[in-house]
Amino acid sequence: AARGCGGVWRRAWQRGAGGPSPAPRGQRAVACNARGGAVPAGKSGLAPWEPVVGLEIHAQISSSSKLFSGSQVQFAAPPNSLVSFFDASLPGTLPVLNRRCVEAAVMTGLALNCSINKKSLFDRKHYFYADLPAGYQITQQRVPIAVNGSLSYSLCIDNKMSQMVTKTVRIKQIQLEQDSGKSLHDDTRSQTLVDLNRAGVGLMEVVMEPDMCCGEEAAAAVRELQLILQTLGSSQAVMAEGQLRVDANVSVHHPGEPYGVRTEVKNINSIRFLAKAVDYEIQRQIEELESGGTILNETRAFDSKLGCTVPMRDKEGKQDYRFMPEPNLPPLILYDAKSLPANMNHQQVVNIDLIHERLPDLPSVKRAKLVERYGILPEHSFTLLNEDGLTEFFENVVKQTQMKPKKVIGWILNDLLSYLKQHSLTVKESPVSSFLLADLLNLLEKKEISSTAAKQVLAELWKGEGKTPLEIVKEKKLELIQDQKELEQICQAVIDGQENE
Amino acid sequence: QKVTVEVLDHLEHLALVDFRDAEGVERLQKAIQFADQLHDVNTDGVEPMDSVLEDRCLYLRGDDVTEGNCTNELLKNAREKVEEYFVAPPGNIPLPKLEERETFLQSS
Repeated sequence: AARGCGGVWRRAWQRGAGGPSPAPRGQRAVACNARGGAVPAGKSGLAPWEPVVGLEIHAQISSSSKLFSGSQVQFAAPPNSLVSFFDASLPGTLPVLNRRCVEAAVMTGLALNCSINKKSLFDRKHYFYADLPAGYQITQQRVPIAVNGSLSYSLCIDNKMSQMVTKTVRIKQIQLEQDSGKSLHDDTRSQTLVDLNRAGVGLMEVVMEPDMCCGEEAAAAVRELQLILQTLGSSQAVMAEGQLRVDANVSVHHPGEPYGVRTEVKNINSIRFLAKAVDYEIQRQIEELESGGTILNETRAFDSKLGCTVPMRDKEGKQDYRFMPEPNLPPLILYDAKSLPANMNHQQVVNIDLIHERLPDLPSVKRAKLVERYGILPEHSFTLLNEDGLTEFFENVVKQTQMKPKKVIGWILNDLLSYLKQHSLTVKESPVSSFLLADLLNLLEKKEISSTAAKQVLAELWKGEGKTPLEIVKEKKLELIQDQKELEQICQAVIDGQENE
Repeated sequence: QKVTVEVLDHLEHLALVDFRDAEGVERLQKAIQFADQLHDVNTDGVEPMDSVLEDRCLYLRGDDVTEGNCTNELLKNAREKVEEYFVAPPGNIPLPKLEERETFLQSS
């Protein structure tokens, strides 16, 4: 597995209003060492640093009801309306495991090349917080549902899409656990408002080993995980809606020396902020250590407005969670084709092999197929998959035009996509449909218009006034002249004009 | 082997229990002694059992919405509420340190 940053690791310092840096300095350029690991050069005379980044990702399971109860899972709803007696931890209630959540976890484990534990256990993790009514969270601490997997992701070297490198991060484990409720802090009245709608929703915690070394790698790994989860349908993984939450564990050390003290960074709300938070924290730790300070094993929050990490209040030192087995749940047993029990109700049996057979094509497979089928470049396939609905759009255009896919892709990625980005539109919101674009490209392919004219027509089509490409061409008189005699006349006139000067 | 004041204090913080008096602490000691009898049994090569339910089948429920929508009932027991939200203090209120508490443990 290739580890470590493959490219030059740079940190530009921001001065003045741009945002804080741990200490004002000039630009720091960094060279890679022979191993290919990113090793920022310290102050002259000081040994280089090796950053280490691990991630804990919580993905909300896409299911109709919660992990251990039958209340609904929904994003926006009146406070405390999606809460059952069990979710509110009223006495006399018991957890009942949702089959769909188990299937989602198995799918995800298989997609990440994990070993699925045929027997996994549930535990209680105890701590007090207003949004955790039971005083404990049911999780899988001892024996989780899946272990020892891997995730491959790609990075562009030097910001050029043309050079991509593949990296792998090891997946330590995936475990099923309950989500907590939501706390709304009302500082003016010095109180917290608690909404338990989210309490008990199923989560998959994906633990990534510290195989990453910078913000870019962390961001790329999470992006790929997000695409995989969305492809599987096990989670919608929309970070903005809290369906995908990432905590980063960051430390630095000198190569050859033991790992340094790590900090945990929370409150990261987007993939972009993840990269920023990780890079900031790496720099902060280097700064601190180079000026003779020490790193505390603490939890810090990322402040997106200031672009820095700050110590989190309310974290009372090292927590003792007093893990104990969940007494109300027997072990979770999963089966495969060989171990399938003879006389059991289908509803009670989760068959790993069956789930494996039904796995859809993962993003990496989809990309490879696109490259093979259409002859496009690998980096094109990344862009296609990265934009929701773009692959479908591209394939629809290809179906409806004689133009070669290799040429079509240019129009999709350079023209269509840049229009969409400029106007902050999704593919689904595009005023130009695949039908219209195919129509336009056909005119170009048949040499009825020039490529320059085609771009003009596209600009018109973008206005969404309902005209067809042909109508616009006629309106603006953009047809290529096909008549030989007419062309000769025009050429002659130009030559004559020249002679007169 | 007696349970130390540090451990008792730690437990009071973690579980918000109150050992209240010598009798409470003694009860804890006796419970630990009772459980320690397990050490007398040779368990080499034996998988630990953590539940008598271990041979039972874990029932799997279908993913249907069957509960919820009982906001009023849930809020009935709440001492304070704001527009259908439960009200809690701004953060955890930690138990004061041993020196600052009026507790039996101080004198032991």
